[in-house]
Amino acid sequence: MQNSEKAFERPFVLNKAASPAKRKRLRKEQIIGYGFIMPSVILLSAFVFFPFFQSIYLSFFMTDPIGNIVAFVGIQNYMDLFTDPEFLNSLKITFLFTIYTVPTGIFIALLLAVLTTSKAKGMKVFQFAFSLPIAMSVGTSSVIWLLLFNPTSGVFNYILNSLGIPSVHWLTDPNWALTSIALMTIWMTLGLNFIILLAGLQGIPKDLYESAKIDGANQIQLFFKITIPLLSPTLFFLLIISVINALQAFGQFNVMTNGGPMNSTNVFVFSLYQEAFVNFQFGLGSTRALILFVIILVLTWLQFKVGEKKVHYQ
Amino acid sequence: MNSLSVKAKNKMTLIVHYLLLLMLAIIVIYPVYFALSYTFMTPQEINTGAPNFLPESFYLGNIIEVIQTTPILRFILNSFIIATAVMIGELITGSLAAYAFAFIPFKGRNFIFALFLATLMVPSEVTVIPRYLMMNALGWMNTYQGLIVPHLATVFGIFLLRQFFMQLPKELMDAAKMDGAGHARIFLTIVLPLSRPALGTLAVYSFLNTWNQYLWPLLMTNSETMRPVQIGITMLENEEFMEWNLILAGVTIALLPSLILLVFGLKQLVAGITAGSVKQ
Repeated sequence: MQNSEKAFERPFVLNKAASPAKRKRLRKEQIIGYGFIMPSVILLSAFVFFPFFQSIYLSFFMTDPIGNIVAFVGIQNYMDLFTDPEFLNSLKITFLFTIYTVPTGIFIALLLAVLTTSKAKGMKVFQFAFSLPIAMSVGTSSVIWLLLFNPTSGVFNYILNSLGIPSVHWLTDPNWALTSIALMTIWMTLGLNFIILLAGLQGIPKDLYESAKIDGANQIQLFFKITIPLLSPTLFFLLIISVINALQAFGQFNVMTNGGPMNSTNVFVFSLYQEAFVNFQFGLGSTRALILFVIILVLTWLQFKVGEKKVHYQ
Repeated sequence: MNSLSVKAKNKMTLIVHYLLLLMLAIIVIYPVYFALSYTFMTPQEINTGAPNFLPESFYLGNIIEVIQTTPILRFILNSFIIATAVMIGELITGSLAAYAFAFIPFKGRNFIFALFLATLMVPSEVTVIPRYLMMNALGWMNTYQGLIVPHLATVFGIFLLRQFFMQLPKELMDAAKMDGAGHARIFLTIVLPLSRPALGTLAVYSFLNTWNQYLWPLLMTNSETMRPVQIGITMLENEEFMEWNLILAGVTIALLPSLILLVFGLKQLVAGITAGSVKQ
């Protein structure tokens, strides 16, 4: 890493005193360089840079259903947004969804990762099992869980009923819908969380544990004095990307509840989707998109800041 | 002294450890097991009113019926075409750009690279509206190019490959340069062959990512024949008359490629994810 950084910082100089032949070669190299990055530059400009600025532009306008500008409205879209009870509700729901899914998801994955890093036989099999959800897309997961949550023949109510507990309307009861989708999301993201934490755990030098054990530390002390501090950069990274992913959640809501019942699962991206692609209010939709961007920007910035500190600290 | 009881205690913890792991593994695997097992159950086995945990048969009727009565094979074909094209595109654009960023000193390189990295902070939802309007204006709705072209270059891919290229032994390239090899030749005959692990990682990652996409294909397709499998599968579920065994047979078919990739490419996927995460 250090080495590569150095190579990258190598200052570019087109030395005026260099021989004409060398200068010609350097100029040729420039052209080759631009040629190599050209496909990426064109594609990223067309599908990332341009749309990004277009989003900002659109957020100040009202549009017709095919996206043509109808009127300049300035910051009216933003003002409307923050007085729109539905949008404020979707902010609240997204916040709750993040709180429900992120800490639980990381905690379970950490537990599984610690349990499978022991020297006991057969751990590879368990590691594979716990990585399995990473193969699941939001589409297939949603369909499977929709059936698991089925109020009459789903497995959840079957278990509840056999314990003598009455059935729950997982996805159609406004008190339960968000929790149910959170459950499914925790499962769906478990594979990624597990893989990242497992890699982090495996990166901790074994001899640290050995010498601590010689000093008489027990398992719990080892966990809190060695594992957690050394894993903290990974945990922090995972926390940030999990929050970002939770803020972007959409597919499971679209398939399983369609934002309902009674708007109880109308999360951020779902409301963006509704506004832009169901109501065809592209301006208002863009306003939402930009607010999402700012939130994610702040989180990423936070990640870099704290990440830097960690590096200096070590 | 009492090494016997210590041994017994260790054995006990080991058993508890395994039991705990087994229980958790069953919970984590269950939803996938549910889909796979119901796929191969007869309709009678399913319609017992209670969840059936142990199939007695290996019944292929559901798979056959879902293939015959729904366009699932067409969905699979669409997804396959799209994911393969995006994967190849990402490998080409990514390796070219990564090579330039790693080895060719051109003017503005640091600036352009920083600009590229900055886009990692722009989630696709933020740019989705203008991209959708652009596709609409181009008449690319319900076309393969609409589903493929916007994803042909990703900063993640460029970044991943650049990090790998930087770690290649410099001597090899210097030696080739001495022999008069140009960038194109070094790229094709030295850098690419040596980078097979990283290219493999990106290939697996990009294929799976595209295969599993949801929002973009949802917006881009409204005709049944163009739908990729992730959207198609949720449409199956929307059909009121659909039986569970047929829905889940469809899910199993949709899952197959990612499950196969997971079995054979987990290592590569893990390498990709950790490279993407640790280096940030």
